[in-house]
Order: sequence, then C-alpha cells, then structure tokens
Amino acid sequence: MKSNEHQRNVQHLFWRAGFGPSPAEIQQAALQPIPQLVRQLLKDSQRVEAITIVQTEPHAELKILKKTLRNQAMSKEEKREELKELILERRETIGQLNDMWVNRMAVGEGMLREKMTLFWHNHFACRSKMATFVQQQNNTLREYALGNFGDLLMAVSKDAAMLQFLNNQQNRKQSPNENFARELMELFTLGRGNYTEQDVKETARAFTGWGFNLRGDFVFRANQHDDDPKTIFGKTGRFTGEEVLKMILENPKTAQHVAAKIYRFFVNERPNQTHIAEMARRFYKSNYDIADLMQHVFTADWFYETSNVGAQIKSPVELLVGFQRHLGLTFDDKKPVLYVQKALGQILFFPPNVAGWPGGQSWIDSTTLLARLQLPRVVLGNENLNLRVKDNGDDNEEKVQRKEGFTVKMNWDSFAKTFEKYADDELPEALANYLFQVPVKKEALAQISQRTKNATRSERIKQLTISLMAFPEYQIC
Amino acid sequence: MKRREFLTRSAFTAAGSLLVPQFLRAFNTQAQPAKNAKKLVVVQLSGGNDGLNTVVPFRNDIYYRERPSIAIAADKVLKINDEIGFNPALEKLKTLYDNGLVTVVNNVGYPNPDRSHFRSMDIWQTGSGSDQYLSSGWIGRYLDAHCAGKACSPHAALEIDDTLSLVLKGQKTNGLALQNPEKLFRQTQSDLVQALAKNQPADDHENVAYLYKTLAETVSSADYVYSKSKVYKSRLLYPSTELGKSLKTIAELITSGIDTQVYYVSLSGFDTHIRQNDQQDRLLRQYAEAMSVFVEDLKANGQLDDTLVMTFSEFGRRVKQNASNGTDHGTANNLFLIGGPSRSRSVFNEAPDLVNLDNGDLKFQVDFRQIYATLLDNWLKTSSEAVLGQRFSTLALV
Repeated sequence: MKSNEHQRNVQHLFWRAGFGPSPAEIQQAALQPIPQLVRQLLKDSQRVEAITIVQTEPHAELKILKKTLRNQAMSKEEKREELKELILERRETIGQLNDMWVNRMAVGEGMLREKMTLFWHNHFACRSKMATFVQQQNNTLREYALGNFGDLLMAVSKDAAMLQFLNNQQNRKQSPNENFARELMELFTLGRGNYTEQDVKETARAFTGWGFNLRGDFVFRANQHDDDPKTIFGKTGRFTGEEVLKMILENPKTAQHVAAKIYRFFVNERPNQTHIAEMARRFYKSNYDIADLMQHVFTADWFYETSNVGAQIKSPVELLVGFQRHLGLTFDDKKPVLYVQKALGQILFFPPNVAGWPGGQSWIDSTTLLARLQLPRVVLGNENLNLRVKDNGDDNEEKVQRKEGFTVKMNWDSFAKTFEKYADDELPEALANYLFQVPVKKEALAQISQRTKNATRSERIKQLTISLMAFPEYQIC
Repeated sequence: MKRREFLTRSAFTAAGSLLVPQFLRAFNTQAQPAKNAKKLVVVQLSGGNDGLNTVVPFRNDIYYRERPSIAIAADKVLKINDEIGFNPALEKLKTLYDNGLVTVVNNVGYPNPDRSHFRSMDIWQTGSGSDQYLSSGWIGRYLDAHCAGKACSPHAALEIDDTLSLVLKGQKTNGLALQNPEKLFRQTQSDLVQALAKNQPADDHENVAYLYKTLAETVSSADYVYSKSKVYKSRLLYPSTELGKSLKTIAELITSGIDTQVYYVSLSGFDTHIRQNDQQDRLLRQYAEAMSVFVEDLKANGQLDDTLVMTFSEFGRRVKQNASNGTDHGTANNLFLIGGPSRSRSVFNEAPDLVNLDNGDLKFQVDFRQIYATLLDNWLKTSSEAVLGQRFSTLALV
C-alpha cells in the first residue's frame, strides 16, 4: 500500500474512532497495519476512568437545597434568590464537566471510549439541571460505552437524569406517563414503525413505579407499579420493565436500528443498507457486543472506501477537539471552549431534544460557517469571534459571554518537527495531507505557498497551518 | 441552480473577488419578487410572557383572587372590550389597536403542553407536536417549499441577530442571521473570506461543495442586503432599544424593496419568576414603543398592508402567582397579529376561561399550528401541508 494511502486510512480511522490524529500518532501509526491499530485503540480504551468534579461532594447541592428550604430566618424571596444562586452554581459545575470532558477527548488515552460516550450521549440524548445527575449519567455512558448494549440500555433506563428527563418519576399506576416508553422504542431501540401505539401504552404501564431518589439512585416503587397483565408485542403477561427491555432486545429490529445509527455517526450519513444489515446481523448474533461491532466496522474494507473517507462534516465538538489534537495544543481557560460550542450549535449536556443533534449539513448555516472558517485565527491568532450568542429565555441560565481571544499553549517548534522530512516546497502538500481528508485544489495550495514563501521555515509552517485550517475542506472528516 | 452549474459558475467568477457578489447580485435582481409580495415579521418574546398580565381579564374575580399582589388594577387597564384590556405599559399598542391594526388571539397553545423553555420553544420553532421531534424549523421548511425549483438566497428569510435560530433552518434551505447589514457585510469582506470565496473544491464532493456554495451565497447575500439597506434610511425616531434598532433595520429593508419574505426577531427576559411587574412592564413598553414607530414607518411608506407581524411567546404563565410576586411556567397564551389586511374583528376569540383549568393552567383553544397554517396558506401563499407535514384548519384571521 502506498504510504499516502496508508496515512489517509490511518487518519480516517483516527477521525472516526476518535477525534483526529496527533502528529506523534501519525508518525507512529505509519509503521503499523490497520488491524493492529484497531486492536491498540480498543486496548487503550479498556480502562474506564470516570469524570468527577472534585469541588462537588456527592449530594452537596441537595444539602444546600434542604438547608435553604428549612431556614426559618429567610424570607421566601431570599430563599428564591438562594435557590437561583444554587442553580447558577449547578450550571457552573456542568460547565466544568463539559470542559473536563472536552479535555479528556483531546488528550486522554481512551479516545475510542470517549468517542463512543459522545455517540451514546447523542443516542440517549438527555438534559438535567442537576450537576450530579449529569455527571452520573455521563459516567454510566462511559462505563458501558464499549460493553454490552443490553447492559447499557438497562443502566440508562434506571438512570436518574433520564428518568427525570422523560418524566418517568411521574409514571404511576393511576396515571401512566408514556414519555419514556415512547422514546425508548422510537429513538433508543426499535425505531419508528416497529411497534404500535398499543405497545407504547402497555409498555408505559410496565415502567410504572420506576423512579429515583434525591441521591440519584434508582428506586422501584412497588406501590406505584401496575402489576396487572399487559399485552405488548402480541404477548400477554404481568410484564415488568426489565422484561420489556428483554423483549425489545430479542427483536432484531433493535440491532438494526442501533447499527444504522452507528453507521451514520461513524461511517457515513448516507446509509448503505448492505453494510448496515451486515453490522446488524453481527451485533444481534454477538448478543449486542458493542466493542465487537466497532472492531468489525473499523477493520471492514468498505470502511476505507473513498466514498466513506472525508464524507462527514465535523460536529462542533469534533472540530474543537480535533483542532487541539491536530496541533497538540491545550486551552488555558474553559470559557472559550464553551463559547465556541454555543456559537457553533453543540453544547455538551444540552442536546436540542431527546432526538439529539441532527448533525451533517444541519451544522452549517451562514453564521456557523463564517465562524468555523475564522476559528483558526481566533484560537491561534488574535482575532475575535464577534458573535453574540443566544440566550434561551431561561432566567436561570448562565450567560456565556463573548470571549475576547483564547489563551492557548501551542508549541510550534515541536509541531514543525513532524514535518522535518519534507523539503520546503513539499510543505503545503504535506500539511494539507495531514490536515485534510479530502483533496484540495493545487492552485489554492500554490497561492498560500506563495504568500508564505519569505517566512522562516517554522514561521512558514505556522502560517500555512493556520491558512489551511481556515479552508472549508478542514470542516470535513 | 444545480450543483454542477454552480461549480461552473463559481469557476467563472473566481477571476476576481468583486466579480462574485456582482455576478450574484445581478442574479438576485432577476429574482426580484412581484410587487406587493407579502412579508411576515415574527417577534418572539422569549422566556414565557405572562399573557394574563398582558391582556388583562379585568372583570374576572378569579384573576384578582389568584394574583393578589401582581394583578393589574381594573381602572389601570386599557380596555378593549367588556372583559379584557391591555396592560398600561402597552399604551402605544392600544393606539394601534384603536386604529384597527391589531388582532388579539386568545388561548393559543398545543396538546400536552411542555413547561420547559427549551422544549416548548423547540415545539413552537419546529412546528411539531409535543410528542414529536423535528430537526428543521417551520420557516426553514417554508423556504424549502417556497424555493423548490427556483433560485433562492439565504436572505429570503432574515433573522435580526448574530446567530441563526432553528426556526429558520430548513431541510435544504437556511435563512440568514445578521445583527445589521453592515456588520455581516464587513465580516464577508475580510481578506480571509474573500480569499476563500475565490477558491473552489477540487472535485464534486457533496459536502465540500455544500460548504463552498454556502460561503458563496453568504457573501452574495451579505453584499445584496447591505447594498439594499442603503436605499432607504428611516428618518423616524425609533427607541434606542435593541428591538427598536432591529425593527428599524427591518422597516428599512422592507421599504428598500429587498427580496425577503420573512423576518424574525426576539426580545428576551420574560421569565418573570420574581417581582414580575417591573420587569414585564419594562419589556412590554419596549415592545409597544418600538412596534408603534415600526408600524408608522411602514404605513408612511405604503408597506403596512403587505406586512403582517406575529408576536408570540413559548408559553404563558400560571394563573396563580407565586410567593415572590412572580409567576411560574404555564401553558396557553395570547398572540398578536399587527398590520396586514384590514380585519373584521380585533379580538379573535373569547378571553381565557379561568374556571376550567388544567392543573392550574389555561387550556388551549387554538393550536399554534392553525395560526402557522393560516399565515402560510392565506398570507405567504405556500401550502401549509407541505410545511407542517399535516393539514391544520385555517382561521379567519388573514
């Protein structure tokens, strides 16, 4: 295999199984065949390291909440102000979690585990105002990210943030709430058209009494559970929630639905039914082994076909994290990391609704495109993204303010070392091959090459890199 | 324009940066709308405006009983019939009302209402049911339908802000966000954007072509809107508030004869859980004062008959006030239509029923998608079924 093609394939793997390559990784990977790299990626992701915000002891927010509510000396208005403060603190904590996660994606070892966690965050899209619940759910997704889908589904179904988000706390025998049951089948497992309205109604009954306590632990409230017979998927019995999940997993449509979603996220927005069917069969046969499925995808020949390489538009998080990985840079301040997510339309832990971010071309409109193209000059130069981001109407929301410039740590000399084997006139193409997954016009490269020809070598590498990262081609992976 | 054709044309224009906008400007001029094309202006009150203190049921004892410290006294209310009247902060709106320019629609909402800001706004912006998740906005899908089979630029729908809301994102077509025409124009005139706009993709990769196409359209729309914005400068004195500035921009663009069908602007701060009256009065006054000059401006320029303004909020608030002299999230709400065609009745339907509540909240009577369907079918003349995905009965509003 030609070295250029191998490099392109390695980069493709690193973009899809992670958040893009770093210079060191590309040099190392150049010597290894793809199957070995995939094994290494899985191995590097074996360890599960939870993200925890040290500042928040477990349930600290609830302690303050209770203390506030019981405080006789405070007027109702003072209590309200106090609670508002508490909500702001929670938002701040969720912002820290966001920052930690972005940082983990950028520099952590288990790149594939983090990418899978992001996928599941979009699949089991959920919001919560409770920082501890957000943290707990994120760690649950991380823990099962490469495990068994059935275990993951069970854990998410018993997760406080999800039960809260989909109103299952209010799902009681006397007044069933169908929200969780519906999204479970429509979005999480079977997909539209593979269940009836009757199935939704009866499934909701099976999940009555599933709730959580203020510590965020799952609680089964037997007195609220409807133990009468239910008819689901044509079978009748006194089904519990656990039994319904089992029935859902027994239906191959679940494997099909999840495989299709994995394909769209990791391979190509445009589905290929043959490849999806192949994935679904394998997933079902392995009893929903996620790591096995991913290994299959990343080693399949079709994964590296030209139509799949560079087929995707980077999500804002992929863009931001890929930026850091590509250059080996770190942000000194979390504010701009949040600001960019907000300006580009993807804030971790705040998906637009339970269906997740629609992705693909929907990331791009005139505003977000201009901001994306300007980003390299904002991060690495001294330009500002002169954009005021929207306030969503919630009085309690933390206002993400415009950030005047980024403070970054970037070692250009070390970055330049990666390209020392290239002659001066080969640099533009070598950098383009590293930064882009799609071909770029020779004329465009010649132009930026011309503009930088008088600079010293390391300055030239810097200028070329900043110029290339502003190309629309850089938005593709 | 087909992608192939677009690529060929952009190759043609690549000769010089100035050629791109000029060429596309000529192209835009051809796409000028027929005279007197209808325009829709949407004003979004973000945060959940309290409808009961906006249009006050001043004869209703329940209203005064449930809101002992925040109710608007009957003698202060600007009465529009025997039952309801405007908050005194809406004095300027009352004048418009008296001139037959305002319709009040009461009890607008949707089944199984969601009391979360983000979800309810999502529902209003996408035009979905509360059990449905759409990834495109209703005005974006209007653009999809309106632009099908012909050339359409992003400025066909403009949001006056820095970033684009979901409501203006279609499945194929997006609107354009700009805080003011000059700011966006300057941004697209940067050496970076000008240099990139001269480039073109190496092959016909779908997403790369999409990015280059979006960039070219943005540059040309920014140029077109900016050049049009200089045609007419209003001499009227608008309030110096954000909304005042935005409405001034919209009036200038409409009067300039720009090829834009829909404008979208937001005013936020309506989430009045605490000490509601000061905050809501201030915002309502801002709204009415800006709207009053806007209407006067359009009227003086002969544009008012062709411009219809819809004002809504993602939900109303609870009937009963809370303990902090505020109100919590509720459900159905009132909505205003201003300008446009002459109207037969100014209060479309009866005032809210404060007796038959749903868990302390108003029950809706008019589905907001009926309003959308009416605006689409009868005003923008675009099939509402194509945009909303189903048939909603239209109302005798327009």
